[in-house]
Amino acid sequence: MILVIHAHPYPQSSRAGKAMLASVRDLPGLEVRSLYDLYPDFDVDVAAEQAALLRADLVVWLHPVYWYSVPALLKHWFDVVLLRGWAFGEGGRALHGKHCLWVATTGGLAASFAETGAHQLPFEAFVAPIRQTARFCGMTWEPPILLHGAHVVGEQAIATEAAAFRQRLAAWPSTSGGEKIAEGGRC
Amino acid sequence: MLTDALIYLAAAVICVPIAQRFRLGAVLGYLIAGAIIGPWGLKFVSDVEAILHFSEFGVVLMLFVIGLELEPKRLVEMRKGVFGGGSLQLGLTGMALALGAAAMGMDWTVALLAGLALALSSTAIAVATMNERNFLPTPTGQSGFAILLFQDIAAIPLLAVIPLVGAAALTGNATGTPGHAWMAAAKAFGAIAAVVVIGLYLTRPLLRLVAGTNLREVFTASALLLVIGIAQIMSLVGLSMGLGAFLAGVLLASSEYRHALETDIEPFKGLLLGLFFISVGMAMDFGLLLSQPAAVAMLLAGFLALKLVTLWLAARIIGVTSRQRWLFAILLSQGGEFGFVVFGAAHTAGLLSKEWAALLNMTIALSMATTPLLLLFHDWWSARSECAGGKRDQADVIDQQEARVIIAGFGRFGQIIGRLLFANGINAVVLDHDPDQIEMLRKFGFKVFYGDAARLDLLRAAGADRATLLVNAIDDVEDSLLLTDSVRENFPRLKMIARARNVTHYVELRSRGVEVVERETFEGAIKAGRHTLEALGIDRFRARDMANIFRRHNIGAMEALIPVFKDEASRVSAAQVGRDELAALFARDRDQFESEHSSKGWH
Repeated sequence: MILVIHAHPYPQSSRAGKAMLASVRDLPGLEVRSLYDLYPDFDVDVAAEQAALLRADLVVWLHPVYWYSVPALLKHWFDVVLLRGWAFGEGGRALHGKHCLWVATTGGLAASFAETGAHQLPFEAFVAPIRQTARFCGMTWEPPILLHGAHVVGEQAIATEAAAFRQRLAAWPSTSGGEKIAEGGRC
Repeated sequence: MLTDALIYLAAAVICVPIAQRFRLGAVLGYLIAGAIIGPWGLKFVSDVEAILHFSEFGVVLMLFVIGLELEPKRLVEMRKGVFGGGSLQLGLTGMALALGAAAMGMDWTVALLAGLALALSSTAIAVATMNERNFLPTPTGQSGFAILLFQDIAAIPLLAVIPLVGAAALTGNATGTPGHAWMAAAKAFGAIAAVVVIGLYLTRPLLRLVAGTNLREVFTASALLLVIGIAQIMSLVGLSMGLGAFLAGVLLASSEYRHALETDIEPFKGLLLGLFFISVGMAMDFGLLLSQPAAVAMLLAGFLALKLVTLWLAARIIGVTSRQRWLFAILLSQGGEFGFVVFGAAHTAGLLSKEWAALLNMTIALSMATTPLLLLFHDWWSARSECAGGKRDQADVIDQQEARVIIAGFGRFGQIIGRLLFANGINAVVLDHDPDQIEMLRKFGFKVFYGDAARLDLLRAAGADRATLLVNAIDDVEDSLLLTDSVRENFPRLKMIARARNVTHYVELRSRGVEVVERETFEGAIKAGRHTLEALGIDRFRARDMANIFRRHNIGAMEALIPVFKDEASRVSAAQVGRDELAALFARDRDQFESEHSSKGWH
């Protein structure tokens, strides 16, 4: 069972993210939860979210990167769903053994994520907090799928990345990369 | 009749403010007024007995109101103070005074009777004084009240035993008539059972019926009828009327009509209690003071000394803080109105000579007047020693059990607020004037009181001067504005959150300085608008953005109306400007949104 946590405030205005989501939507055994659609007032139904997480063995976080991090509602979702005693801390083993795949689109070009670039840091620096969030909950970090320069790359590039995403999910769990690949992965 | 009323009212209106001015307290003011117009003063009134008898009803009403403020649950909590503290005080003080009386040559049975009768304090004076000083809700005040309550109960057997002792003294036969005693006991139980049935089962449906007629004066009349009726039942079987009224009050304390009853009875209680004090002042036999000044002075001094010391001891034993023991003793130091009755009965039964009865009555009356004086002395003394010691004990914790929120109007709007608060353990006093509504809500366990929220006395009874905020959820625009004006004028510190029916009402409320106003239909309509946008295929979060922008503009436009509201023409033009601005705002918003979120721009 795959759970896609999708967080885009204006999904209709999205380009890359929309294509990514559309490419996997019809896969069997896949549940999509679009947070901005479910909770436009940030009134996250914690019990429903936790139940969905328990059903899944692969959790996908799909969203655009805003200010080097997740959109506000996904951050809020972290805050209220991944609770102490449930996701971490004493007795918090609900997510242990599950896998986590991060699928993020960014506005900056890949080259801008470098010491000499506009963002002054390699993108790996911005992966770390997300990865650690998953690991702290006992989840196995899958090699993420990152699409940089999402509003400048051509349709072809987006289609290629979307197809790769679909293939990863369609072949799950045999495509599980596990921690090892993640360490030296694409980021 | 009218001349009498003129005399009493004039005496009270002149004397009480003067007494207050000299910080003697209202009680002493009334006593002085009575002494001035009485048979030993200007001789305006001669039939003191009748007035005294009539005005005793003030004490009955007072006990009813006190009962209203005490829920049965709290009365059960007080049982230790009532029976433990009460019997301790009566035993200690009664024994000391009985020994004193015996030492002056009274027969020992009569001495015991006189001692116990003198050990009783005046509920009227003690409670009125405690109220005046806001002392009643403190733990010490509660202990004092518990003792007064026990004295009221103890007065019954005391009064019942007089004819028996009298008969025994006259005939030398101590057996009395047991059959008669059984009969009396059965009657007493019957009367108390009747009061309980009336209080628990009959009153609420009756009051509900009366409240349904929406005639205020009929409600007031039924409140008085209730108390007088109960008092009559009790006096028929020779029980204390005050005790019956108190019991009825307690039984109605948890009913929704509590505040309405309280506010309706209050003025009668105050006037009759004042009349009672006046008649005590009139009853003072100043002739005795002139003919036997030494005897009266010695009796008074001895009485006060014994009573103060034993009360101080009792206070110490029941755990009154050391700083308040003398205050406690002084508050209860006077003789009670029951003393007059007991000595009167004892005189008729042939147990007391006329002289003794007159002397003891004089002592009680004078001791009532010394209470305010002793308190003044106590205040002066404690202020002095406080200055000298420079030390201040922590103030007593005031057990008010007051809710901090008042919800006025508990219809469709107020209910939601109330349920939200109740669900989160926040207590609120709810005021509503629809009896059917109240009955239904009470079934669901809400604490709802009946009354017209705009009335100042009801607001006061609901604790408006202590509450933090008031939710004005009244649906009628006129009533809502009346309440707003009343709160602004009388409780300027009370914050208000108000429900507005429409834009005009909103502006009216805002221009009266209400900080938070919510239109009753606005948020619901906004939400429905959002759903409409969503149904048209707009992203839900985007629909929320649109609603937020709309709301902000809409409220801004309404706020802009406030200064020009009084002028019809400028109101129209302001509304036009608002519409144009909204159009411009939407256009600007659309442009901005498209430039930021165009399909080619973002990911």
